[in-house]
Amino acid sequence: MNASWSRFNITAIVLGFAFLYLPIVLLVVFSFNESKLVTVWGGFSTKWYVSLFHNQGLMDAAWVTIRVGLISATMATVLGTLAALALTRYTRFRGRVLFSGMVFAPLVMPEVITGLSLLLLFVAVGLDRGFFTLTLAHITFSMCFVAVVVQSRLVTFDRSLEEAAMDLGAPPVKTFFQITLPVILPAIVSGWMLAFTLSIDDLVISSFTSGPGATTLPMKIYSQVRLGVTPEINAACTILIGIVACGVIAASLVNKRREVQRLRDEQAAQRG
Amino acid sequence: MKSLGNIRRDFAPWNKPDAKPYIQFKDVTKRFGDFTAVNNLSLSIYEREFFALLGASGCGKSTLLRMLAGFEEPTSGQILLDGQDLRGIPPYRRPVNMMFQSYALFPHMSVEQNIAFGLKQDGMPKADIDTRVAEMLKLVKLSQFAKRKPHQLSGGQRQRVALARAVAKRPKVLLLDEPLGALDKKLREETQFELMDLQQTLGLTFVVVTHDQEEAMTMADRIAILDKGEVMQVATPAEVYEAPGSRFVADFVGNINMFEGKVADRDGAGATITSANGVTIRTANAGDAAAGSEVAFAIRPEKIKVSSKKPEGGDNVMEGEIYDIAYLGDMTIFHVQIGNGQVVKASSLNATRATEDPLSWDDKAWISFRNDAGVVLTR
Repeated sequence: MNASWSRFNITAIVLGFAFLYLPIVLLVVFSFNESKLVTVWGGFSTKWYVSLFHNQGLMDAAWVTIRVGLISATMATVLGTLAALALTRYTRFRGRVLFSGMVFAPLVMPEVITGLSLLLLFVAVGLDRGFFTLTLAHITFSMCFVAVVVQSRLVTFDRSLEEAAMDLGAPPVKTFFQITLPVILPAIVSGWMLAFTLSIDDLVISSFTSGPGATTLPMKIYSQVRLGVTPEINAACTILIGIVACGVIAASLVNKRREVQRLRDEQAAQRG
Repeated sequence: MKSLGNIRRDFAPWNKPDAKPYIQFKDVTKRFGDFTAVNNLSLSIYEREFFALLGASGCGKSTLLRMLAGFEEPTSGQILLDGQDLRGIPPYRRPVNMMFQSYALFPHMSVEQNIAFGLKQDGMPKADIDTRVAEMLKLVKLSQFAKRKPHQLSGGQRQRVALARAVAKRPKVLLLDEPLGALDKKLREETQFELMDLQQTLGLTFVVVTHDQEEAMTMADRIAILDKGEVMQVATPAEVYEAPGSRFVADFVGNINMFEGKVADRDGAGATITSANGVTIRTANAGDAAAGSEVAFAIRPEKIKVSSKKPEGGDNVMEGEIYDIAYLGDMTIFHVQIGNGQVVKASSLNATRATEDPLSWDDKAWISFRNDAGVVLTR
């Protein structure tokens, strides 16, 4: 490949990245805007960040979001891992294909439908909508993502590891906690992180299933924007972007380092 | 009577009528759905024996091993270990340990943690575990690698960790599933002898599954040759090689020339055999083959002599033409086409550096063999 920068290449890259990142850059820039008017630059200031932390409504919503995220991601991880285990291990039961299809269907189900059906269910069984129903709904839709991530790891899991543990005297439950779980843990952790991320930025399903006193950050931002964008919202979003970016960069750096270390170890071992 | 092969074996409990088998398969059948992996098989293995299950893939040898370890239950029949019926005993309560083909080392544990795993399950005191692990590491010469993780080891080192982990609990029986399958040729040969020494040192009963006949011949006291879930023959390596019980075994182990034909005449222990394509063979030992019955006369290539001049006297002398030659260094293999068109393989050891009458392609040549060099196969 010729690595020279043709005019066409440069244009393509500039346009592509502009398309992806211009809105975000604008949002970040205007979060430091002195002026109250979102689209008019009035000089640099961090006052919106200060006022953000004094905005009780936004802070409450953030707190709800984090609690829902932590609880639902954890529950979804437990259930999703169990589902993945069942689907990879018991391969010979009737209707397995149907079941695995049903676990993964919510991945492609329009959120509006998931939200609406959950709402109908909660109304039918007489559950008051609030924090509890919101968390239940988040568990429901993020569980299948965890199942997919964990299942893809389990497919390549060497069953003879478990057989070896049992052969050496470990009963099935001990084998699961001492061998299976530690080996598939990275997949479980990334499943949890995926579930947490999905929960934090969900708007549609949350809007259907939430009730008074359980407003999440995306819901709050969306409702405030309808009354007009304030620079405070820009500040809140900038913080969110910062958190997500840090998380993604940290995760990929850790992964990369582990991969490099592993390669180096293996080469060293081959040399003797 | 002369003994088969050139090794004298003093360890032979299978020949003693009062010896008690240590492991016994009694009429064991194992089916997976419609597929019969093991078919009504009976087998006895003795204490301290190095026993090999040899067969092509799908012959049921691994299933036998997995039934012994407890990962599969027989569909019918009984497996006894030291007189105890193993049915219903889960793998984690059986006094056998297995070395897996993939080694199955726990990737998140160091070498010493891997070896200590089985001892911990037994609730052995920590100090004793440490002593035993150190002892095992020394045994497999990996003491300086104790803290490494499996992915930091070479293939040969991993194999030794797997071995150390499997023998750490001092099992009554060690099961080895293709123990050398993942090693390269040179390492495999070294490791074969290490395994034999280890078995001697520890005094354990070894049951090894392999598809490599050379490996089975080198290491085992006795070999069971399996085909389609049935035992074809159980015998010492020399017996399997020199006195195969059937055409299948003769063909499966080593190289062999087969002459299909009929017993023309019996005289005492010997017989005259006329092959289907017109060769007459004299043999001093024809077993119980009845006159007129369909048999195969089988003879190993190294027992056939090739010469450029007609040998004097002797029973079996045939004229032919050199069809192909393969020079292997230590020996040369000649393919000789004899009168009736059959190509006979003959190998000769290159015991000297030079010969006076070298042979070449398309030369006239004579093949000859003694009348006790081959076997008559009725099955």
